[in-house]
Formats: sequence, C-alpha cells, structure tokens
Amino acid sequence: MRSVHETLESHEFKSLVSRRWKISIGLTLALFVIYYGYIVLIALDKSFMAKKIGVVTTLGIPLGVAVIVFSWVLTAIYVSWGNSTYDPEVAVLKDQVTK
Amino acid sequence: MQTTSLGTPTTSAIVFFLLIVVVALYITYWAAKRTRTAKQFYAAGRTVSGLQNGLALAGDYMSAASFLGIAGLVSLKGYDGMIYATGWLVGWPALMFLIAEPLRNLGKYTFADVVAFRLRQTPVRIAAAIGGVLTVLTYTIAQMVGAGDLIKLMFGIPYWAAVLIVGGVMLVYVLFGGMIATTWVQIVKAVLLLGGVTVLMLMALSQFGFSPGALYGAVAEKYGQTALEPGGLVTSSWDAVSLGLALMFGLLGLPHILMRFYTVPDAKAARKSVLYATGFIGYFYIIIPIVGFAASVLVGRDVITKVAKSGNMAAPLLAELLGGTPFLGFIAAVAFATILAVVSGLTLAGASSLSHDIYLNVVKHGSATEQQQVRVAKISTVIFGILAVLLGILFQGQNVAFMVGLTFAVACSANFPALLLSIVWKKFTTAGAVCSILVGAFLSILLIILSPTVWVDILKHKEAIFPMKNPAIISMTASFLVGWLASLVTHEGTAEAMFEDEKLRTYLGVGAES
Repeated sequence: MRSVHETLESHEFKSLVSRRWKISIGLTLALFVIYYGYIVLIALDKSFMAKKIGVVTTLGIPLGVAVIVFSWVLTAIYVSWGNSTYDPEVAVLKDQVTK
Repeated sequence: MQTTSLGTPTTSAIVFFLLIVVVALYITYWAAKRTRTAKQFYAAGRTVSGLQNGLALAGDYMSAASFLGIAGLVSLKGYDGMIYATGWLVGWPALMFLIAEPLRNLGKYTFADVVAFRLRQTPVRIAAAIGGVLTVLTYTIAQMVGAGDLIKLMFGIPYWAAVLIVGGVMLVYVLFGGMIATTWVQIVKAVLLLGGVTVLMLMALSQFGFSPGALYGAVAEKYGQTALEPGGLVTSSWDAVSLGLALMFGLLGLPHILMRFYTVPDAKAARKSVLYATGFIGYFYIIIPIVGFAASVLVGRDVITKVAKSGNMAAPLLAELLGGTPFLGFIAAVAFATILAVVSGLTLAGASSLSHDIYLNVVKHGSATEQQQVRVAKISTVIFGILAVLLGILFQGQNVAFMVGLTFAVACSANFPALLLSIVWKKFTTAGAVCSILVGAFLSILLIILSPTVWVDILKHKEAIFPMKNPAIISMTASFLVGWLASLVTHEGTAEAMFEDEKLRTYLGVGAES
C-alpha cells in the first residue's frame, strides 16, 4: 500500500491531473474559438453573416445555432472522457489511498 | 389590430396561477418533513440526481428575462436577438471544464468553502460573503423589478402587490422546504417552461407549414432582409469581447448556480448535471428566436411595442393569438413560476452566505449545533426575503437593465478568480484571495458606474468616463493580477502544506462531503 504522499507523487496521479487540465484547457480554448469566432465575424464582417444560403435565410442563422450546438458537443466530449478514462483511473488511485 | 386580454386577470390566468402556487405549497409540505438538518436545508441531503439537478440548474438560469426578453428582442430587432441568446449559453461548458467537479469535491454548502479550504477562515469568509452577497443582491433587484413589471402587465395587479406576492410565496417554500422544495419547484418550472415554449414554437411554426424557411421568408417580406442580418448590437469588438467574458466566466461565480452542485451525491453526478443543463438551456435558446420571429410576423411589431415598449410581451401576445385566452393564461402563469423559482434560488444562496459563511464560520468559528445552524439559516432566509421585497419596491420604475451586467461583472471578477486560483495554485494565500475578491468587486462596481450604461443612460452625463459597457476584461484581469501579486509577496506555510489534502479531494474525491 502506498501513503497519500506517495500516491500524489506517483506518475499515475500526476499524469491523470495533467491530462485532466490539458483536456479542460483545450476544450475551453475550443469554446473561445467557436464563440469569439462568431462574435468577431459579426463585428468585423457583417456582409459574411448576411450572405443568403436559402431564399432569404442568412448564413448567420445556422451559424448562431451551430455555436449553441457545438458548445453542447464540447461538454459531451468532456463527459465521455470523464466516464471512460478519468473515473476508472480515479477508482484505482482512490483504492490505493483508502485501503 | 389584435385585442388582448393581457393586463386583465382572466379566469384561465388565475386558475393556472393558483395551480402553480398550490403545487409549490404542496411540494413545500412534502419537503418540510425532509428538512431537519443543515445538510437537508442547504443541499437537499445531497440526494438530487444528475438529471434532476440538470433541470434545476436550467430552472435557475432560464429567467423570465431570458424567456420574455429574448423573444421580445428577436421580434423587434430580428437577428441581433439571436446573437444575444448565444452569449447566455457559453458559460456552461466553461463551468464544466474548470469548476464543476472540484467545486463538488471541495465544498460543503457555499463556494466560500472552496476558497477557504486551506486559507484563514475569517478574512476569506468575510471577503467571499461580500462578493457572494453583492452578486446575489444585484441579481435579485433585477429579478424583482422585472417581476413587478411583468406581473403588473400580465395580471393587472399593482406593482407593489406583485412584488409582495412573489416575495411571500417564495419565502414560505424556501423557509419550510429549504433546498429540497427549491429544487423541486425549479424542476417543475423548468419542465413547464420548456414544454410551454415548445408548444408555442410548434403552434407558431404550424402557421408556416413547419418550415423555418417559410417563417424567415415572411419576416423578410414584412420587415426586409435586414431583420435576418446582424445589425447594431455588436459594433465594437472590444465591447463584445468584454461582455462575452462576463457572460462566460460570470456563470462560474454565481452563488445560486454554484450552490446547486452540493445537492448531488458526487463529482460524476455534478458532471452529468452540467451536460443535461447545457442541453436544456441550449435547446431553449435555439427555439426562443423562432418564437420571436413568429411574433414579429403574426402579432406585428407595432402591436408588440404598443403593449410594452421593451417588446417583453411578444411571447404572451403570440400565445394569445394562437391559443386564445387559456394558452395566454398558461404562459403568463409559467412566467410567474419562472420568476418565483429564480428568486427562491437567489434567496437560498444569499441566506447561506449570511448563515453558513458569516454566522457559523466567522462568528461561531465553525462550531454550532445542528439546530442552531438550521435556525440561523431560516432567520437569514427571512432577512433575505424581506430585503428582496423592499429592494423590489425601492427600485420600482428604475432602469435596472445595468444590474444584470453588474451581477455578471462582479461574479466573474470577484468570485471566479479566487475560486479558480484556490483550486489550482499551491501558493495562493489568504491575502491573495481577499485582495482578489475585493479588488474584483469594487473595481467592477466603479467601472460600471463610470460606464455608458450608468454614467450616460441613468446619470445623464454627456460622455462616459469609462468607454466599455461591461468592464469584465479589465476588472477580471485586475482581480487575477492582484490575487497573484498579493500571494507572491505573502507566504502561507499552512496553506501550502494543506495543498496535498486538497489535491486528494479535488481529483480523487477522497474526503468529499457525502
């Protein structure tokens, strides 16, 4: 059995925490790109957003919906990583310190 | 022109209204038997499931302002209302990635639990309570004033009576039912709101053969192609960037939202609840613009502005046109339930700041019996409820549009930086936390006063001293910088030594409150 200190200093724990933040920060950056990409496009190039994709429907309408949908997809990616990778590894590490 | 029964208390409106009050009171009766301990009062005994909490989070966040306001904005300004809607969603993924799980693992009842985990209790709790209460109060004022106006418009009862009804009903169920009743009222409200707006959207789309393209065609025919293009809402990129930061990270500092994460059993459920909440809220913001566009075509902008200049009555008017007085009554009652639920969440958060952070951890140094804790929590709830009603009446007729912006600015500048730094940075100190919170809170208030929204729109000066409408980009950055600098010049051995324990809890959930 390992002590709390040993577990926290272990390669497994450090790698898990570092991967957790890499994924979090990566997804936060993706969120920034999606949302601010949309806002900055509106601020700088209104004509792009006003482009017609149907009879009257402008490109801005599906893009606005896409910002919302992709924001949700990012959260879903995080949850699926959490369930498939993070939780099982946590269970192993937790076992080491609580036994 | 459409004649409307808005503003007159119709039978159906009264029936639905009473039904909601009865349901809320029944939930309270049921919950009161399960509200004996502090854990039950503040955190519903941590037995709320991920799906339930997801609905409750959505209920906390989907305010009457977002339902009626965004539909109104889209009906009057077209596409710009949609840009506004997207901004309200983007905080949720950020909440998940940065805060949700550590918050659940580290805290007990309030976000101050997390900030104060390794630091000196008294100064940190006081600072966090200042940030927390400021956020909750400014948001409450905005909600109460909106509630008074809306209920007056929809049911025709006087402003003060409307504020009193909301305050009174809310106080009864928070006081006796605590977090359990608040959560279930929130869930009922979220289901009603999502269901009601979905029906409204489907009825509206049925007028256009269920083709959004046909709806947009009718909008363009009536108001020109410009209604479907971005207009004047986003002009300066810096302003838009700063507002975006406030919306995104402000959510991560809203005490009544953060508090909900203590109602679920573990970090996994916390994670799940954010996914559900984001789904519900995202769906809501996608369908609301359709309701707004349909209102502009079917009801007409002239009628909408005649009833209320702000456009707030676009959705109720559309409901009346498509479903007659009964459907209007239903939608009006849903709007009422929405206000009620949001104010109750805020009251519980404000009360927990006073009782858990100040009374228990500062005055009583962390030791009080279960009975004392519950009693003080209830007294704080009464104080906060009365305060909400008084503030609502005091601010009658005032322009409170800046209050929501202020709430998010304070939340992202005062509460969020200290919360994040305390989770991730070993060398974060008491001085760092206190300075970061206070600088964030007071700088954002000062800059909002000097900004165009208050300095020009309310104080009627010619030119604003601070050019941006929302100061988040300055005040949040300053808060992080000050927190970092103050931590560098002070050194706190005990806090660093406890970081191992904190990591164990943050990442593995060992020792987390159950």
